[in-house]
Amino acid sequence: MRVGVVGAGMAAARFAQQMAERAPGTSVTVFGDEVYPPYNRALLADVLSARFGAEAIGLPVGPAAVVRIGTRVGALDAEQCSLRLADGEVHSFDAIVLATGAGPVLPPMRNLRVASGPRSPFTSAGATGSTGSTGRTAVAGPVGPSEPTGATASPAPAAPAAPSGEPSLDLLAGVHAFRSLDDCAALAAAAPRAERAVVIGGGVLGVSAARALAALGVAVEIVHQGPHLMERHIDAQAAGALLGGLAELGVAVYLDNRARALTGTDHVAGVELANGHVLDADLVVLACGVRPRVALAREAGLRVDTGIVVDDRLATSAAGIYAIGDCAEFAGDVHGLAAAAWDQADVLAAHLTGGEQRYAGSRTMMRLTAGPLAVAAFGATGARAGDDVVRVADPTRNAYKKLVIRGDRLVAGILIGDLSTAGDLTRAFERDDPLPADPLHLLAVPGAYR
Amino acid sequence: MTTHAGTTTTDTHCPYCSLQCGMGLRAERGSGPGIDSDASKDPGAPGDRDVSVEVVERPGFPVNRGALCGKGQSAAEVLRRGVRLTAPLVRGVDGVLREAGWDDALDRVAAGLAAAGRAYGRDAVGVFGGGGLTNEKAYLLGKFARVVLRTANIDYNGRFCMSSAAAAGKAAFGVDRGLPFPMEDIARTGCVILVGANPADTMPPALRYFTDMRAAGGRLVVVDPRRTRTAAQADLHLQPVPGTDLALALGLLHLLIADGHVDEEFVAARTVGFDAARATAMAHWPERVERITGVPVEAMREAIRMFVSAPAAMVLTARGPEQQSKGVDTVGAWIDLCLAAGKAGRPLSGYGCLTGQGNGQGGREHGQKADQLPGYRMITDPAARAHVAEVWGVDADSLPGPGRSAYELLISCGEEIRALFVMGSNPVVSAPNAAHVQTRLAALDFLVVADVVLSETAALADVVLPSAQWAEENGTMTNLEGRVILRQAALPVPDGVRTDLFTLNALARRLGVERGFATDAEEVFDELRRASAGGAADYAGITYDRIRAEDGVFWPCPDVAHPGTPRLFLDRFATPDGRARFAAPTHRAAAEEPDAEYPLYLTTGRVLSQYQSGAQTRRVPTLNRAASGPFVELHPDLAERMGVGEGDPVAVTSRRGRAVAPARLSREIRPDTVFMPFHWAGEGRANSVTNAALDPVSRMPEFKVCAVRLERVAKVESAAGEGRAIASDGVDGAGFGFGGGAGVDAAVGVGGR
Repeated sequence: MRVGVVGAGMAAARFAQQMAERAPGTSVTVFGDEVYPPYNRALLADVLSARFGAEAIGLPVGPAAVVRIGTRVGALDAEQCSLRLADGEVHSFDAIVLATGAGPVLPPMRNLRVASGPRSPFTSAGATGSTGSTGRTAVAGPVGPSEPTGATASPAPAAPAAPSGEPSLDLLAGVHAFRSLDDCAALAAAAPRAERAVVIGGGVLGVSAARALAALGVAVEIVHQGPHLMERHIDAQAAGALLGGLAELGVAVYLDNRARALTGTDHVAGVELANGHVLDADLVVLACGVRPRVALAREAGLRVDTGIVVDDRLATSAAGIYAIGDCAEFAGDVHGLAAAAWDQADVLAAHLTGGEQRYAGSRTMMRLTAGPLAVAAFGATGARAGDDVVRVADPTRNAYKKLVIRGDRLVAGILIGDLSTAGDLTRAFERDDPLPADPLHLLAVPGAYR
Repeated sequence: MTTHAGTTTTDTHCPYCSLQCGMGLRAERGSGPGIDSDASKDPGAPGDRDVSVEVVERPGFPVNRGALCGKGQSAAEVLRRGVRLTAPLVRGVDGVLREAGWDDALDRVAAGLAAAGRAYGRDAVGVFGGGGLTNEKAYLLGKFARVVLRTANIDYNGRFCMSSAAAAGKAAFGVDRGLPFPMEDIARTGCVILVGANPADTMPPALRYFTDMRAAGGRLVVVDPRRTRTAAQADLHLQPVPGTDLALALGLLHLLIADGHVDEEFVAARTVGFDAARATAMAHWPERVERITGVPVEAMREAIRMFVSAPAAMVLTARGPEQQSKGVDTVGAWIDLCLAAGKAGRPLSGYGCLTGQGNGQGGREHGQKADQLPGYRMITDPAARAHVAEVWGVDADSLPGPGRSAYELLISCGEEIRALFVMGSNPVVSAPNAAHVQTRLAALDFLVVADVVLSETAALADVVLPSAQWAEENGTMTNLEGRVILRQAALPVPDGVRTDLFTLNALARRLGVERGFATDAEEVFDELRRASAGGAADYAGITYDRIRAEDGVFWPCPDVAHPGTPRLFLDRFATPDGRARFAAPTHRAAAEEPDAEYPLYLTTGRVLSQYQSGAQTRRVPTLNRAASGPFVELHPDLAERMGVGEGDPVAVTSRRGRAVAPARLSREIRPDTVFMPFHWAGEGRANSVTNAALDPVSRMPEFKVCAVRLERVAKVESAAGEGRAIASDGVDGAGFGFGGGAGVDAAVGVGGR
């Protein structure tokens, strides 16, 4: 069996590794447009803060997978089950897996782009989800070397962490995304010279970038449109505790503020807020969310909603074509978390090797760790009528814990500061285990069972 | 041996676990009740009557320095008549086992084994050995299989014990020895991570090494789904979900790398394969591992801090991580942690396995394992075959190839395997999926069991051969340190009983092999030395006299002038290039994870006062008072949900079977997990429930995790009858009335002979 995988991110790596484990004879070819073999995107903040070298975060793909880095796929022919590469090469497969991931959203801001580059990894927030993504552009940009890495058991990136895809080319100098190793390398190179950084977006990614930059000694401010930080995952009181933790790191946060323009001509000089105030900045990080990369699928005629629509075998609307990871939409949900992507990769690998597993969605937990900024959150932030809500707040230590319990089941939770019970709670939430009669036990001490 | 008026004290070793504590046996003639107190038997026979025997301290032996646990102290109980078998048993045409003479019994065995071989081919005859057998017995049993029966199908219960650690250790270091250092080094190291081991209950005299280490400022980290008595003493207890030790090890490796604690110089100079190990660690970042294991990230960080801040440190595993369908990978990941930190191949550092059975180590080195020949030689290696064939005086081509692993051998019974010879093992209690195993054994054309007591397995046999015990014969054992020690006879072999060496000799003669099966243990050992010479486990330089003089000798010991090797790997690892190998495993789920129908994990283990399948210890009154029967340990939260109170009978049911035992409530266990000890037969048999999913490399069954459901039962149900009929005249144990079906209690038979 020959399987082609479009995208060489975390979902692709896990899928290839699982195929190798389950069916060592299967031929798996992974096409990635970055110049690195698959790496662990969840660790980018640790690369930025120099905890890891870029070469250290490579992921295993199994001994036999062929990873073609710097290779962009131009078109998918669903009928023929084939891929046409940007250089015109056509490859046919027995099954194709779309693992194209998600790209950072470009916020509608004046003076953000200096010129229209030939290819941009960004999707425009002002447009519908279908526009502006890689596959749609007619002219292929410079493509990196496309020699396969071959049957290597060591997937450490072959290239040094130098900018190569140049995803920031069309952005005003000093403005960076935070999604890839190249972004990381560019940020790491800029940080030592930077005096003031502004992170646009106060979601998980923005907070994580701010923390890493602060660790590098850069003065950091976060501009966030919402009423509190990370509102998709945590409630206002939790966000308050988080603010306290950020303040200890010297990070200032502007809530309810939209960045409407950048100042500066050759290089960014400031961020102008909607209220007219200008924050001086010589480094700007865009963390305004991501959007599934679906252009290839849409052009091939696959059913696409927010993401590429898949069933419980991760099959798209076209026979033989599957989708996993951040680009896939199952039962109306698009996950942006590695854990869900890996659940999907596991189910698909099982399915393609004769297994009976079905994907039933993922109950995932958002985690942000390091020093005073440890955060864990799962489930919906709001409680329904009749739910039990247990809260413990310790403003002195910027700690906050909240559990939402429905009957004897845990349906949501937030932990800020002290995460010593996160392990038990994660298990209870994911497995839908019944809780003890007194849920305070679950918040109290490490090893809450005793 | 020292003799004073009427009493004789003999230096020997405990019949139970792999620590092989030194003890003295003081035999006294003519006073007290005597071990042969059943005066109705052979009133005129000379020998052992009116000899009382007592276990005494032997403070000079270094491993235990005189200390003994309750099992060791009461070991002499099993020597008593009435407890043990004292005559062969042969099943009559009416299906009843009756006492018989030795010649009749041996003729019947020889005929049964030969008939199966003639009718179905030599490989239709199987041999199943034990980790409690001496080196001499294990060696000769392997030779008997290969030279007399000429069957490929020999394996042993040690497969259920340490085979995963053995495979992982061999892959990483080039050789498999439980510990690469003496126990005394544990007391002097700076940090020990003890994974799935509970020495406080399973080898109490070893605990002092850990307490001494802590007293000197060292740190103890215990990894166990239960807060055992060992875990309660630890500086840090990590309590993972059963079956997730592999993810935990890789998560710790991730943190070790992330925090910059890789010993780059060591990795570069003394290992290969780090890049692949690092890549797999990157796929197991701490938050993901927390999700899998339930162990908080902060606790993992603390473990790594303790491990790397100590100048020397060790990781020791036992059955917890090993008895899994991914046991080899799991141990490999823990070894990786040592290698990456540079804590291996250096003084007071390294990876070790706390072996379980008394001769778990030696038992696997000398030829009762399906794929090995004496000296830890691989049976597929032409040079190994040639060497051993020469020592045995046979043509190398006549030696069979590798055979079935233990569980696969047992479940082939009644099909490809038509006759089975079991020596010193009780798989009816100790094998996974035991009800199925029992059915398979019952389907054999012919089953012969050589054992000390009438075990549950022996009760199924066509012929039962009573074996001499540890106090009645000489023989060497190799303890968990790789120290070869000597058990010395303190008592004569009782009437009606024979040594296993006698039995093998007699059967070989009946099957046409007149030479090469000595009955004197030292003579067999001298042959074993030649057979092992040049192998990985080289005993060539070890003699009985040296063992006596040196408190044991550590292998490898290639010649009599060689001092032995207490510490391995200090200069180089035993691989061809001298470098250790990193493993690069990926975490995977247990073969059977909980679901809606079977929502809980079952894990199994041992208790302080019983040993393995209980064949010996369930016959000792003091031990039964301390641990009288099976139980189901569960968390009070789970008990409350189930409406179960302390002592209520509960049924633990899996896809394979059901076990019923009283509930024991404890906050020391995860609420998603229940625990059962596996020492008992009958309706409380934990192994009726366990899963036989095998590790792809070691063929170790997954004893330590399976999915079960828990149910209240109205009352303890009557024991289901097991086994076949047995005549009641004097062969039915001592009537202590502990557990067991059909009036026959039995047990594991792993130790003590």
